[in-house]
Amino acid sequence: MLKNTTVAFGLISKTLHWSMAVILVGLFAVGLYMTDLDYYDALYHTLPWWHKSFGLLVMALLIIRYIWKRLNPEPQALTSHKNWEVFLAQFIQKLFYVLILLIGLSGYFISTAKGKGIEFFGWFEVPAITQAIEEERADLVGEIHQVLAITLIVLAVLHAAAALKHHFIDKDETLNRMINK
Amino acid sequence: MKTFLKTTVKNTLLSASLATALLATSGLFAAEYAIDKKGQHASIQFKISHLGYSWMVGRFNDFDGSFSYDEKDKAASKVNVIVNTKSVDSNHAERDKHLRSDDFLDVEKFPQAKFESTKYTEGKDGKATLIGNLTLHGVTKEVIVAVSQVGAGKDPWGGFRRGFEGTTRIALKDFGITKNLGPASAELDLIFNFEGVKK
Repeated sequence: MLKNTTVAFGLISKTLHWSMAVILVGLFAVGLYMTDLDYYDALYHTLPWWHKSFGLLVMALLIIRYIWKRLNPEPQALTSHKNWEVFLAQFIQKLFYVLILLIGLSGYFISTAKGKGIEFFGWFEVPAITQAIEEERADLVGEIHQVLAITLIVLAVLHAAAALKHHFIDKDETLNRMINK
Repeated sequence: MKTFLKTTVKNTLLSASLATALLATSGLFAAEYAIDKKGQHASIQFKISHLGYSWMVGRFNDFDGSFSYDEKDKAASKVNVIVNTKSVDSNHAERDKHLRSDDFLDVEKFPQAKFESTKYTEGKDGKATLIGNLTLHGVTKEVIVAVSQVGAGKDPWGGFRRGFEGTTRIALKDFGITKNLGPASAELDLIFNFEGVKK
């Protein structure tokens, strides 16, 4: 079952969910690690290169995910969920999309601040849309990238904790719906 | 006696003020020049070794300053320059961001670098030594700049111009920049090219 139904997530939605989750957590960890590397570290150039390629990939996945979501029926919340739980979960989900978009855009502007494009896995280059950003703004964009990324991860931890709470304490189908075939 | 004393005091005061006036006037002979920032006939570059294999050249795009130069009293020449550290430019967005960070220039804390000369000695060949205080990264240290006068004269638009080039070598750690770039990159050369327009 590729497509969603009103009661279940299809394979494509699940794949998008989990692949983005893994990539985003990886990007966060690598992002924190690589910005503190010593200049003589063997990974000084490689990690940012992978970070940027995967960052672009996640942006592409975000667009695909949004389109796919619009083309598919929305699996309805479990009837056992309280109204505020449903409302909060939906709000956080929207917030995730906005945050990922903004983190991606800010990352893009960090690397293209001087008008140079970003390589995508050595396959092609995503061009810069800006010729040059002022220094103050370029540094601000860097801080925004970091703060939003931390916000995203904090929310993701809460999101995961909520899923585990539904699974182990409420013993309902919330988490299974995102895992099972 | 009393009158004499009064007159003497008066005369002394008079001659003193006269001397001051003369000094001030002689100061006027020293021409003041504004660095031609508008026409971009001025640059501040830095050159640092990359791993010991090549030179990386960058620049500060935003600075301003002036100098005075007296052909009759060259030793009285002075130069003052203020640099906006945020304008560091090595033609590489991520490196420039790193250079602005607290690993290097820490531009949030130290938005300005400046140079104020204290002594200038020029030989007959136009080669000169300029000593002054360089403030960089919040640290002020005396530096010795090897200067040569490139030329001076009328420009085609009714002005008078005079230009110098200068180089000095500084150690990053002397200015509290302790980020380790490797043994070949502990020092860098600062290269100045200033054309001044007579005020």
